[in-house]
Amino acid sequence: MSTRPQARPAGPRPPFWRDRAKRALIFQLLLVAAVAAFLIFIIGNTQANLAQRGITTGFGFLNNTAGFGIVQSLIDYSSQSTYGRTFLVGLLNTLLVSALGVLAATIIGFTVGIARLSPNWLIARLASGYIEIFRNIPLLLQIFFWYFAVLRALPSPRDSMSLGEAVFLNVRGLFLPEPLFESGFGLIPLALAVAVVASIALIVWNKRRHEATGRRLPAGWISLALIVGLPLAVLVVTGVPVTWDVPELRGFNFRGGITVIPEFLALWLALSIYTASFIAEIVRSGIQAIPHGQTEAAQALSLPQGLVLRLVVVPQALRVIIPPLTSQYLNLIKNSSLATAIGYPDLVSVFAGTTLNQTGQAIEVIAMTMAVYLTISLLVSMFMNWFNARVALVER
Amino acid sequence: MLNNNKLLLLASAGALAFAATSVAQASTLEETRDRGAVQCGVSDGLPGFSAPDDAGEWQGLDVDVCRAVAAAVFGDSEAVRYVSLNAVERFTALQSGEVDVLSRNTTWTTTRDTTLGLNFTGVTFYDGIGFMIHRDMGITSAKELDGAAICVQSGTTTELNVADYFRANDMEFDPIVFDTSEQTVGGYDAGRCDVLTSDTSQLAALRIQLAEPDASMILPEIISKEPLGPVVRQGDDQWLNIVKWSLFAMLNAEEMGITQDNVDEMLESEDPDIARLLGQDGNYGEGMGLSADWAYNIIKQVGNYGESFDRNVGMGSPLEIERGINALWTEGGIQYAPPIR
Amino acid sequence: MTHNDKMIEARPAPIRTVGPLAWLRANLFSGPVNTVFTLVGLYLLYVLLTPTIQWAFINADWIGTSRDDCSREGACWVFVNARLTQFIYGLYPRDELWRVNLVFASFAVLIAWLAIPRLPFKRWVAIATLLAFPVFAYVMLYGGHFGLPLVETHRWGGLMLTLILAVVGMVAALPIGILLALGRRSQMPIVKSFCVVFIEFWRGVPLITILFMASVMLPLFLPTGVSVDRLVRALIGITLFQSAYMAEVIRGGLQAIPRGQEEAAAALGMSYWMRMGLIVLPQALKMMIPGIVNTFISLFKDTTLVMIIGLFDLLGIVQAALSDSRWLGFALEGYVFAAFMFWIFCFSMSRYSQYLERKLHTGHQR
Repeated sequence: MSTRPQARPAGPRPPFWRDRAKRALIFQLLLVAAVAAFLIFIIGNTQANLAQRGITTGFGFLNNTAGFGIVQSLIDYSSQSTYGRTFLVGLLNTLLVSALGVLAATIIGFTVGIARLSPNWLIARLASGYIEIFRNIPLLLQIFFWYFAVLRALPSPRDSMSLGEAVFLNVRGLFLPEPLFESGFGLIPLALAVAVVASIALIVWNKRRHEATGRRLPAGWISLALIVGLPLAVLVVTGVPVTWDVPELRGFNFRGGITVIPEFLALWLALSIYTASFIAEIVRSGIQAIPHGQTEAAQALSLPQGLVLRLVVVPQALRVIIPPLTSQYLNLIKNSSLATAIGYPDLVSVFAGTTLNQTGQAIEVIAMTMAVYLTISLLVSMFMNWFNARVALVER
Repeated sequence: MLNNNKLLLLASAGALAFAATSVAQASTLEETRDRGAVQCGVSDGLPGFSAPDDAGEWQGLDVDVCRAVAAAVFGDSEAVRYVSLNAVERFTALQSGEVDVLSRNTTWTTTRDTTLGLNFTGVTFYDGIGFMIHRDMGITSAKELDGAAICVQSGTTTELNVADYFRANDMEFDPIVFDTSEQTVGGYDAGRCDVLTSDTSQLAALRIQLAEPDASMILPEIISKEPLGPVVRQGDDQWLNIVKWSLFAMLNAEEMGITQDNVDEMLESEDPDIARLLGQDGNYGEGMGLSADWAYNIIKQVGNYGESFDRNVGMGSPLEIERGINALWTEGGIQYAPPIR
Repeated sequence: MTHNDKMIEARPAPIRTVGPLAWLRANLFSGPVNTVFTLVGLYLLYVLLTPTIQWAFINADWIGTSRDDCSREGACWVFVNARLTQFIYGLYPRDELWRVNLVFASFAVLIAWLAIPRLPFKRWVAIATLLAFPVFAYVMLYGGHFGLPLVETHRWGGLMLTLILAVVGMVAALPIGILLALGRRSQMPIVKSFCVVFIEFWRGVPLITILFMASVMLPLFLPTGVSVDRLVRALIGITLFQSAYMAEVIRGGLQAIPRGQEEAAAALGMSYWMRMGLIVLPQALKMMIPGIVNTFISLFKDTTLVMIIGLFDLLGIVQAALSDSRWLGFALEGYVFAAFMFWIFCFSMSRYSQYLERKLHTGHQR
């Protein structure tokens, strides 16, 4: 029989700061206390300051009449609208320039990133020249530059450049004809929807058939034809229920149609070009992260260069590319706030600029503005995480 | 090893003690005296009102108000720290205490005087909004501006008044809004807009900054009332009085014919009004916490209102603005200061 | 039969595989598609470069004192020349410029010492840079001690202000970033969530709203009568913003250190701070340098935003000079100059970071 070792008599209990769990607890309580004290300090001061200086607080101002005009609005807005409405107008303008910026930056970025790895020496050099120039100059400077360049390069309204007397370009902006939809036009979106659903069904079916039999149809082309063709066909059958509101020179400016203001063009150009230079680097390093063997194997199967990229390299590279790409998209959205420097009416310019100044309620306005950007950041991260999870390598 | 928790405990105790520090209520005058300078909010460069000259010294009608306050408080018109503010920042900077007085061509309105927690102390310049256009547009009246693109500075009453004017006259316009007056002029100069709108005094100042001043003209219409004046925070009546009476002293001095040059002779004057103003009879500075010679210092170092007007925006300046309604009430204008008594 | 035991002279490679022609063929004209690309590229280069060179060099005016010295056919560098002192030092008093020069010269020496791998005493130089140098720089630039006249911060501007904002923001953000990164990896739930919220908040909002908050709202948060210098307020905003980004870089570095390192240190009975300070951080920091340099580059570019809150950094002072009525119409020259200055700094820093990356990263390249 073995004797079990006797438990040693309990010594003096270790002091509480030697106990890891208690230490952690105390540490965290102290942190909470410090943060709370800090917040109380700040809030107390702010309240005292606001009360002492008789500054109005609260969100009641959002229902007051704004009284100022905004040059570009995606929703109905006049100077009789409320401050709450200015918030929406600014927000939509921010979203507009961000969405189009993300689109353009992605296209330019992928093109340049792939060109950077081109076997053509000159193309590769041009691409790296683009990257090195544009990512090393501050965005604000680029915005100023493009705005200035756009304004200087464009003619006055009377000497507008025009395209078929329908599209005009001058220092006041780009003027496009606006489609006015008449009754019966509702069929066209319907046709588009039908075409999209049919294309998706076709692609799914084609994929199954391909996996089962090895045969497949050029589903991509068929879908494209469907999506373009079906609405067009309906358009012709219904007798083109669209009239165009063509801009024309009245007084000293163009009226009618859609106006794209130069502030928008400059901001969009600068955001896209700047962000694209970062995306290009991300794409390049993403592609280079794919082991060379993959490319060689694809080439050994005598796939043409285009298919090597499309079927082998890019799908794998996307996994590496997506996380940094997300942060570039977020940067672009946040950078769109520089609009205020050239007067594009985005959220910061309209709401945190004019509205703040007319109402003087800095705390409420800045808090709302920050909340918007935080929400956008959160939503975009969530979407990209979901997308990333979808394309992630499923390890077996 | 030094115990982390003790350190943290100390740190949090410090934070709490910091939080509990009573919020001391020093008056603006005391703070200013402790600091040794008046913090004065001025524009980001508007010739005639507030702009740095070649040597980097601030000059202008609004700047003279700052200097007058400093002369009253310290007897030294140079004891001013200028903070250049754009239209958007100006009220928050004043509310938050970054500046003691805002003297930056600011229009006196109800909202600003009440809900922003500010107090206007008087009117340095009676102004109104006008329009500047490129001469080759070939129009002569603001009523013909339908559809124009208009450059305007963000956060100004102009932004509101122009919208009102166009709505009232059933016209449309595109507001092109910039942050600073420099950018606004830049936009107008580059042809981004047909019209530059602002207070007429500012238009005069901005016009001489253009590459070709003669290619632009100011339309005759004045579409609003824009009384411009210095602003202080609410809640400190003593400071309000100091700023208010600094301007009144300059106006009274002009009315009594006291100038920078003759103020020393005027000290001997028998006129009771003059004696009261210059502190020879009674101490009217005492009620504001100032010395008896407060007004003397203002006039000696800054000059009277007329001198300041003439030097900065009037006929003695490149702006060449007429006195007009800014003349004294005795000369057909509406500038009128309460008596020193 | 004669036996030839001589080696046959190596014949030169076919003309098609070596020499400039072959290079051209392989790299530029290897197929019809490539040829088209090359020609388009050449055309692009021609279209972009010819007018640029014409404007910037051939037709440009370099010498003079006023706008009349410019022919207006090309760039008028006279404008930049006349304003150069202002672009670099802002409104800093002309007689005191040596102080700025001294500070930046000594900073350059310290940084060069740290950046060049061969030089010894790295640790001491690093400590001097982080602890002694800021005090020295403050005393020299702000003055008010040792008989140096006081120069208030509103006179600071130009490139000097840009550098100050970037360097101070960076140095102040580093320790906060380290704490945040450690906190985010901590196992204490409250500490961890606090750090996560802090980091994500500052990363989620645009710098311009932070600067605006620091510029106009910070004084409302402080007790009455406590006023903070405008430059300091901007620096507080920049530091908080930067520390969040720094924390993420540091977290990346920490994750690259194998867990075994920390476990081994714990097995030796080291406390948390000893494990971090002696084992994990020294290894991680070394790997993080490229990342830190990259965030520094973006901070350096982001400092231009302070012009929106009324500080005159390099871009701000160039912008201000453009509205000088004696020099109207030279915006392009001003912007090109500012762009060139920023580019030089950012490009050389990014090259340094790439060099470090190559040095630290071996074995994964193809």
